[in-house]
Amino acid sequence: MKVSNNIYLDYQATTPLDPRVLEKMIPYFNDRFGNPHSRNHSYGWEAEEATEIAREHVAKIINASPKEIVFTSGATESNNLAIKGIADFYGDKKNHIITCVTEHKCVLESCRFLNENENFEVTYLPVRQDGLIDLDALQKSIKQNTLLISIMGVHNEIGVIQPLKEIGNLCRKNNIFFHTDCAQAIGKIKLDVDEMNIDAMSISGHKIYGPKGVGALYVRRKPRVRIKAMMSGGGQERGMRSGTLSPALCVGLGEACRICNDEMDEENKRLIYLKNRFYEGITSKCKDVYLNGSSEFRIPGNLNISFAYVEGESLMMGIKDLAVSSGSACTSASLEPSYVLRALGVEEELAHTSLRIGIGRFTTEKEIDKSVNDIVKEVNRLRSLSPLWEMAQEGIDISKIEWAEH
Amino acid sequence: MAYSKELIDHYEKPRNVGSLDKDSEKVGTGLVGAPACGDVMKLQIKVDDKGIIEDAKFKTFGCGSAIASSSLITEWVKGKNINEANQIKNTEIAKHLALPPVKIHCSVLAEDAIKAAVNDYKKKNRINE
Ligand SMILES: Cc1ncc(COP(=O)(O)O)c(C=O)c1O
Repeated sequence: MKVSNNIYLDYQATTPLDPRVLEKMIPYFNDRFGNPHSRNHSYGWEAEEATEIAREHVAKIINASPKEIVFTSGATESNNLAIKGIADFYGDKKNHIITCVTEHKCVLESCRFLNENENFEVTYLPVRQDGLIDLDALQKSIKQNTLLISIMGVHNEIGVIQPLKEIGNLCRKNNIFFHTDCAQAIGKIKLDVDEMNIDAMSISGHKIYGPKGVGALYVRRKPRVRIKAMMSGGGQERGMRSGTLSPALCVGLGEACRICNDEMDEENKRLIYLKNRFYEGITSKCKDVYLNGSSEFRIPGNLNISFAYVEGESLMMGIKDLAVSSGSACTSASLEPSYVLRALGVEEELAHTSLRIGIGRFTTEKEIDKSVNDIVKEVNRLRSLSPLWEMAQEGIDISKIEWAEH
Repeated sequence: MAYSKELIDHYEKPRNVGSLDKDSEKVGTGLVGAPACGDVMKLQIKVDDKGIIEDAKFKTFGCGSAIASSSLITEWVKGKNINEANQIKNTEIAKHLALPPVKIHCSVLAEDAIKAAVNDYKKKNRINE
């Protein structure tokens, strides 16, 4: 089936593979097919060398040592491995974890698993209206038996940047491990595991113009962080993750990191320009538009916007040339708006009107301009259909009406 | 998810969008749904002396299926006697638009909107069942 959407604005869901990355990967699908763990011939050595160079690239972008990088299948696995692995290794000494209500499901579910099956106590920190955690609240939630704090770097739905350095400080002072899910942060903000006192960090290939199905977990060596492996096997990746590595995927992740590292500053400048052009384009032509999440502490590649009085799904249906995501994630039967927007205290009616716009490396100015036009046109059309818009124009306070919730 | 031609047609070219004078004796207004649930429909009918619906208008906040369902019912109720209109079933709406299962609630809401509008008209004009 032909994909009819022709402008991709969903860079938080996934990113296209950078052609430079693909080019580096291809030989490892062809004649360089060796097993990187084969020690006896050049096929193995060649594959091993490629994965080790890739490991260096991954390490470099977060100022780590290559020895601290474990390749995985993606950030989901990395998050599971970090949280459950640390919990299983140290669980008999300390059994309290602090995370945050807006974390990715794989972090929340890992914590829930430990709570339900392994006698762990979990604190789910709330967020402020801007989507950031409150450092005082974090400090207050620390207990004698707090083993681990897991807070993400950049949010996948609302793009906000958490204060990693401050969290890291707090962890170090209290002798608590700090894990951070940086799937959406790599290549977007400067990350330094030493400066930020990070003990474990999750990385994903397909959010940074690399391939899907590969990621990495950074695990600190000094002072050493121990992790219990989840899979039994040949003990690859320093015993933390058994299984034969895919050199092609590792090379892809490495090259993706290398490019991000080299080009981040330039890319961010371009994205800031495009984001401003988009946001100003929308807000100068539409009123009652609200940005969800901090406007200050956010990456330029994400805008989560509520278009009051226009339901998000109908808006997406109208802008059919644009591939965006409904911020309200209300496409399932549940009719529930996103747990993230709700956690920010966005009222339910506004949460239903949200779009997540993701812009990235291959977004052009022309695409931004067409997107603004399409969105403005459709918002205006749908508002002319909206009884809520009509009431608002008549000065009726919608929140004062007694609605029959169904 | 692929929507039916019929549904997309109503979504893209909704019929009878607008408002009637809600204070008129001849107009019945139904406002159903809730913003917090993501859909609100307003259906208005204008009824003549013989109880026939001579005009209908709608405005809807909701997904494409909700918009299409409400657009469709404005066409269906026009020319019908109010009691006849009251018989329209959500299943007919769902079938006509080929609503996917997760969108059946939109047709339920449309049926509710008709009932609410007819009710409002009857109350205004002191018509008992
Ligand atoms: C913040 C965050 N964490 C984890 C993941 C999961 O990553 P992966 O698809 O590599 O398993 C994603 C992507 O969906 C994400 O955005």
